[in-house]
Amino acid sequence: MLTVAQLPAGQLAARLAGAGLTLQTGAFVTRLQSTIPSVVRGVALMYADYPLGPDDGYADFHLRMVRPLNWRRWLRPQVQLLADGLAPFKPLPLAQAYPMFEWGLNWCISSRAHSYLMLHAAVVEKHGRAAILPAPPGSGKSTLCAALVHHGWRLLSDELTMVRLEDGLIAPMPRPISLKNGSIELMRAALPTALFSPPVHDTNKGTVAHLRAPADSIVRLDEAARPAWIVFPRYEAGAAVELQPVAKARAHLRTAENAFNYSVLAARGFDAMAALIEQSDCYDFRYSSLADGIATFERLAAPP
Amino acid sequence: MTPLLIEALRTPAALAAFTPAQCDLVLRQAERAQLLPSLHARARDAGVLERLPAPARRQLEWARQQGERHLQAVRWEVRQIRMAMAGLGVPLILLKGGAYAMAGLAAAEGRIFSDIDILVPRAALADVESALMLHGWAGVGHDDYDQHYYRRWMHELPPMRHVWRETVIDVHHAILPSTAAAHPDAMLLRAAAEPLPGYPASGSLPAVYTLGPVDMILHSATHLLYESEFDHGLRNLVDIDRLLHEFSPLPGFWVRLTDRAAALQLQRPLFYALRHAARLLHTPVPAALLQGNDVARPGPVVLALMDALLDRALLPEHDSCDGPLSKLARQMLYLRGNWLRMPPWLLARHLFHKALLTPLQAARTRDV
Repeated sequence: MLTVAQLPAGQLAARLAGAGLTLQTGAFVTRLQSTIPSVVRGVALMYADYPLGPDDGYADFHLRMVRPLNWRRWLRPQVQLLADGLAPFKPLPLAQAYPMFEWGLNWCISSRAHSYLMLHAAVVEKHGRAAILPAPPGSGKSTLCAALVHHGWRLLSDELTMVRLEDGLIAPMPRPISLKNGSIELMRAALPTALFSPPVHDTNKGTVAHLRAPADSIVRLDEAARPAWIVFPRYEAGAAVELQPVAKARAHLRTAENAFNYSVLAARGFDAMAALIEQSDCYDFRYSSLADGIATFERLAAPP
Repeated sequence: MTPLLIEALRTPAALAAFTPAQCDLVLRQAERAQLLPSLHARARDAGVLERLPAPARRQLEWARQQGERHLQAVRWEVRQIRMAMAGLGVPLILLKGGAYAMAGLAAAEGRIFSDIDILVPRAALADVESALMLHGWAGVGHDDYDQHYYRRWMHELPPMRHVWRETVIDVHHAILPSTAAAHPDAMLLRAAAEPLPGYPASGSLPAVYTLGPVDMILHSATHLLYESEFDHGLRNLVDIDRLLHEFSPLPGFWVRLTDRAAALQLQRPLFYALRHAARLLHTPVPAALLQGNDVARPGPVVLALMDALLDRALLPEHDSCDGPLSKLARQMLYLRGNWLRMPPWLLARHLFHKALLTPLQAARTRDV
């Protein structure tokens, strides 16, 4: 299958400017249209290894990034995300165009894809077994996830854990990993060869940069993984590393708090969550260094 | 060219022959018209779900899940309303979406709506409002003018929102404002309301009712032609199509519908609704009703104008369906809806207040 990087020179920008670029992002096909240079560059850099979607005119999500026609166009240029022609969010400063695409696509998926139990959680896999990291912003989930996927774990997703309702397996949705503030420099230093998108300042999450998903995770788009662990990470400067088991009922409630569509799925959501918790070992994980984090996950995954 | 969504609503079996690109477009049109869950139900009933491309079937499945959850939420909400109205001695009559859902009608399948509408006698309004307030519903976002406007002229209380669940209830005492030209007698509607099986009066809990079948259709037609918000025009027309599909086999149905429209002064909205259901969705309607009598049928000029407006405004509000005049058509129907609901002097006063005084007062409040 053709990837974004394999498109002939100029084709990427031409498709984005014309009928749209169709990207195979996990189980979904996304059509994106934009002439905004930072979006074109961001997609070229972050999605180079992604296969293009089938060329049959079908897409699950239709996104357009445009510059709204208002007076701000001249003074403080803005960017507007259009989902099939409608704007679900207020415009943002133009500099935030690329992150806005990522947020917009997350929104498209999390507000609609109800054949999955969707968790706001990072998820990584080793030897066919997946570790889910549900956590509120600021817990260091993405940073830990970024470190793990560069130390032997496969990236399934940094933001959206997609549990298939039909078999309880986790469908991969590898996308660029969103890093914030201090963790951007930290990861740059830790991963000198990895590719980062240019940092965007003053977003409502602070400074944001994306880390390109490892090529291997994209090649293995179709390989679902069985959930094995749910780990609630908490970064605490100076804290000793600590892995504490969490009671199943408590883990169920805490994971449900991090679910996008637990209530939409009603009884099916409860059953899917119960099955997920049943087959997972659940832990609270406190850490202060990525090396500790990587070592702890290594021990988890080691065959008994 | 007929939009794909219209083709699919006329003949759901046609979906089986749609290409992936056509599926892409029909899903987007249905999403915009808030008909995605309904499209799932229609495709399922026509037995063509399995023949759709897998990704399109999956999108419809997502919508079905949302629709099902919505019905569950509606049933829960109606229970809450019924408990709030306990001991008032006022029957709980559900209107529109809430009624379709509780009665298990095909029109409810996949219909997502944001509020529950109920009908109570005007004399009971104050009691019902206090009871709802005691149970957590409160009027929100309305300034003094809005409050006055609703209570003086409208056929309903200002919408009330539940403080925790954020669900909205509209308490009606009639189906049109007292200022509208037509005066459908709400007492006639209440007298013909039909009890919902499984919800009899029990202890202090009121019995739950829906309007009778013909009244349900007449209310839906009135809503479509008077309420003037044409962003849901197609969805409302699909309601009428589904209700007719379900009720027209009842004995003497069409005669009862015509007689009732006359008794309630709703021949004109019924005429338009039937005409456009038949035109757009190919709903089977007897020729005599399509022809209409002198009261039901407007003059040829008005009819030509209304057809031109409705033909445009009833299509999905999607780029693929909008022509150069679509927006204008929706605006003109909006004005018409308001015109029919208020005499000119009141409309002028209302628009003046909304355009100038409300923003001014809002600005003053902000300064303080």
